[in-house]
Amino acid sequence: MSSASTLVPTALPADWRDFLALTKPRVMTLVVFTGLCGLLAAPVTIHPVLGFTAILCIALGAGAAGALNQWYESDIDAVMKRTARRPLPAGRMDRQSALHFGVGLAAFSVILMYFAINLVAAAILAVSILFYVFVYTIWLKRRTPQNIVIGGAAGAFPPMIGWAAATGDVTLMPVLLFALIFLWTPPHFWALALFVKTDYANAGVPMLPVVAGERNTRIQIGLYTLPMAAAAVLPWWLGLTGNLYGVSAVLLSAVFLGLAAHVALRNSGADDAMLPEKRLFKYSILYLFLMFAAVAADRWFA
Amino acid sequence: MTDLSKPESDAIRARQRSRARVMALLLGAFVVLIFAISIVKIQLGYG
Repeated sequence: MSSASTLVPTALPADWRDFLALTKPRVMTLVVFTGLCGLLAAPVTIHPVLGFTAILCIALGAGAAGALNQWYESDIDAVMKRTARRPLPAGRMDRQSALHFGVGLAAFSVILMYFAINLVAAAILAVSILFYVFVYTIWLKRRTPQNIVIGGAAGAFPPMIGWAAATGDVTLMPVLLFALIFLWTPPHFWALALFVKTDYANAGVPMLPVVAGERNTRIQIGLYTLPMAAAAVLPWWLGLTGNLYGVSAVLLSAVFLGLAAHVALRNSGADDAMLPEKRLFKYSILYLFLMFAAVAADRWFA
Repeated sequence: MTDLSKPESDAIRARQRSRARVMALLLGAFVVLIFAISIVKIQLGYG
């Protein structure tokens, strides 16, 4: 330790931006948005300050889950191109800092949710963090190609938490919003897995295209899209929402079904650019944004 | 810290300062948030 050139990255305390990166801010935007729409769709209005606090707690909880995920998966992240630049595999932070940050943030988000909002919202938030870390990251991800099917439940909790924050309970509508994200996750993620297949194979993660083959994955994408579209239309059919949501759900889901059918029915050739898969993946993100925007708009403007 | 060279300890100090600044901002924001929540709860009659 005599000159600056021997200074290894881990010898420095991690930069605050690396802690921010640990929370997966881009994933958080979708979580915050669906949570906000769940809160806005509830039949009870919540004071803006309390609403802000509830969304903040959801965001911090999601950030904590992301940090704990990266703490556990730094070995996998190191061998995947997409994730190799994250703070832990790149050596900009030591694993213990990530663990302490994740656990601290998780505890903080749940406690703040309990004291500022209510017990139901805090309990669902705690369950969703624990589910993501223990059931998805630690238990399922490396063991079964169904990892993201069940793990998708973790990402499906935010609108339910938002609803519970406003009303203090959980009824059929937030359960249907949960079902929509839950059934949306497999086609969304498997479309991604189809075009980053080699990355997952190198890391030894049993993603469906790696384990069951591309053809099988394409069929599964097509099959999961059917109940997803049904879950999308169901709130309207049951009379829980108005026509604004209903028409949006039918149109947006029809486009989704079309893109998924294209992916399901084709086979990739050598050096395939995988454009239909990339298109489905991109549209799936837009779809979820628009569907939840429709849920909130239907309650406020229809 | 005596066995560290000047550039090394300067780099560490700079990193610590930037982290402390962010932490101060977050703590300040937390105080404001708790104050706002308290006022709202009192207004709503929970207090």
